[in-house]
Amino acid sequence: MPNTSLRGWGRTAPTRAHVVPVRSAADVTAALASAGPRGVIARGLGRSYGDPAQNAGGTVLDMTGLDRIHSVDADSGRVVVDAGVSLDTLMRAALPFGLWLPVLPGTRQVTVGGAIGADIHGKAHHVVGSFGNHVESLDLVTADGRAHTLTPSDDLFWATVGGMGLTGIVVRAVLVLHHVETAYFTVDTEQIDNLDELMARQSVDDEKYAETVSWFDAVTTGDHAGRGLLMRANHATLDELPPKLRAHPLRFDAPQLLTVPDVFPPGLLNRFTGKLFSELWYRKSPTKLGAIQNITQFLHPLDVLGEWNRGYGPRGFLQYQFVVPLERGDVVRGVLDRMHAAGQVSALNVLKRFGEGNRAPLSFPRPGWTLCVDIPVNDGLGPLCDELDELVLDAGGRHYLAKESRTTPEAIRRGYPRLDEWRKVRDAADPTGVFTSDMSRRLELTS
Amino acid sequence: MIDAVGNPQSVLVMGGTSEIGLAVVEAFASDRPLRVVLAARKSDRLDAARARLEALGCAVETVEFDATAPETHTEVVRTAFAGGDIDVALVAFGLLGDNEVAWTDVDAAVELAQVNYTAAVSVGVALGKRMTEQGHGAIVALSSVAGERARRSNFVYGSTKAGMDAFYSGLTEALRPAGVHVTVVRPGFVHTRMTEGMSPAPLSTTPEAVAAIVVDAVRNRRELVWAPGPLRFVMSALRHVPRPLFRRLPV
Repeated sequence: MPNTSLRGWGRTAPTRAHVVPVRSAADVTAALASAGPRGVIARGLGRSYGDPAQNAGGTVLDMTGLDRIHSVDADSGRVVVDAGVSLDTLMRAALPFGLWLPVLPGTRQVTVGGAIGADIHGKAHHVVGSFGNHVESLDLVTADGRAHTLTPSDDLFWATVGGMGLTGIVVRAVLVLHHVETAYFTVDTEQIDNLDELMARQSVDDEKYAETVSWFDAVTTGDHAGRGLLMRANHATLDELPPKLRAHPLRFDAPQLLTVPDVFPPGLLNRFTGKLFSELWYRKSPTKLGAIQNITQFLHPLDVLGEWNRGYGPRGFLQYQFVVPLERGDVVRGVLDRMHAAGQVSALNVLKRFGEGNRAPLSFPRPGWTLCVDIPVNDGLGPLCDELDELVLDAGGRHYLAKESRTTPEAIRRGYPRLDEWRKVRDAADPTGVFTSDMSRRLELTS
Repeated sequence: MIDAVGNPQSVLVMGGTSEIGLAVVEAFASDRPLRVVLAARKSDRLDAARARLEALGCAVETVEFDATAPETHTEVVRTAFAGGDIDVALVAFGLLGDNEVAWTDVDAAVELAQVNYTAAVSVGVALGKRMTEQGHGAIVALSSVAGERARRSNFVYGSTKAGMDAFYSGLTEALRPAGVHVTVVRPGFVHTRMTEGMSPAPLSTTPEAVAAIVVDAVRNRRELVWAPGPLRFVMSALRHVPRPLFRRLPV
């Protein structure tokens, strides 16, 4: 009997499922044995925006209890962790050893299993690739209840990386972390007047920085349309730290100031507040080179506000993220123009240049521009997004499944030409279709 | 699945030739083609409905459905769900009947009661069960303002809609813990085949206008809507008018 309502971080499209907490690989095997006809999917911390960790009428395994860090090897950087460990927890454990997670997305509240399933990326993608590139091996419980240790030489490993949990349940992984001297960044921030300049500027000197991202304003129009902040950083060395930070250079410096209460009315984010926010965000950081910043300041400014997704009110919001080839940077402008013409407001827009992709058939990153916008759900958003899909797909681009919540099966087939190759590997591992999710039904990822 | 912006992928119409039902499907399909299941008796009108939706790019299946045979309804609903999850189910069948015949002829009265009330209940039970199993979905029940306060001119119809309305209002609460959303729609006078030749009441509306209200209700998860909206205020006033006065009103 379905008994728990689940929804994604975008707070849209809730469905109900039977949620089973698991604390061991044996629990996973037992849950698979007793699964009903509507199948099973794993869920971590629920930070995917849409519905990949929901399974209406079926079973959802709550992986957050499978949370042990088994070992940290300071010399090799190798860590052995359970799938339910969050990146936040892992960072806190690894930093004292001078180890840094090479791939960090916009939040640290993601489990290792979820990071593998979505093959997440961060601001360092152009240098280090995505999460799957740093997994040395993973333990996967397949539909028959057996655990397999997979390495990058296995096709099933790459089908699992980016496979949105549909190949089996990842229970443990061996990751290889990077060595750092400090937990701080030296950050170069440039305030740039418009989108064309921003993209031109972001295209040079990329290789000099470990992390690059730009935030820009999509509300302002005219000559200053797309004005923004280009932020690029390297890990600070011990010598670069000011004396007061030098005493504890590996301190996990990530403050959270307040939690957003769940009281926002619909329509809070509108043209006016969007403009105000964009103005403040732009003004807060004038051009400055070589600033020392902590993890929150540089990587996760939104983590300062816990539960910030509540700010979008009861109908929730969606994140629209796509990648287009580098030579099609014009699509970024096209998307913003269409959004503007349709009167849709996105207060925070993130632009990034991806480096090389990896072998995983459903991995999102590929060389190109990736744009991410937040839009509150309102009438007219559906048709607008369908139009944006056409722009993106016609340019040879695709959508990020971890943030997807409304596109069509056809759009995914076009964006991921290796879908059938992935399905073949998946179907061999799960011939009776035990693993399924609201997303896999909605996008017809599995048959 | 219903997606983040409220687009369903599949819609079932119980009463597959209903003009309001088809207008709702068309309204959803104008954003994106759907898989549609039309449950109705075989007829030329059903074939025409299928052709109309296929022209919009919808994939249409039909299921044989007889509202006067409640013992078959579980099986009808099972068949309708055989091709996959149903995201939105519309309960859109009903008879208006001739009030003067209906309150003086047992067979005519019973037929109205069976189609509008008994069948609506048996279909509602079957839909509720299937949607509870699938863990998601929306049921839209087309009630009527006529059920809000029975009038001399159509009280037999009104009484069946009052019962149907009460059932689905209760079902809204009963299915809520199962993640299944039920919307009761109370249209006023709608220009359709059913009301052809009748003189329209004030605030009369069209199937397309009702459909727009239904689509909005599903997207915003509303539980009770009126079509058109201002009827809510008119009816809440009429509900409290004393009988001797109500009798004299031209309604």
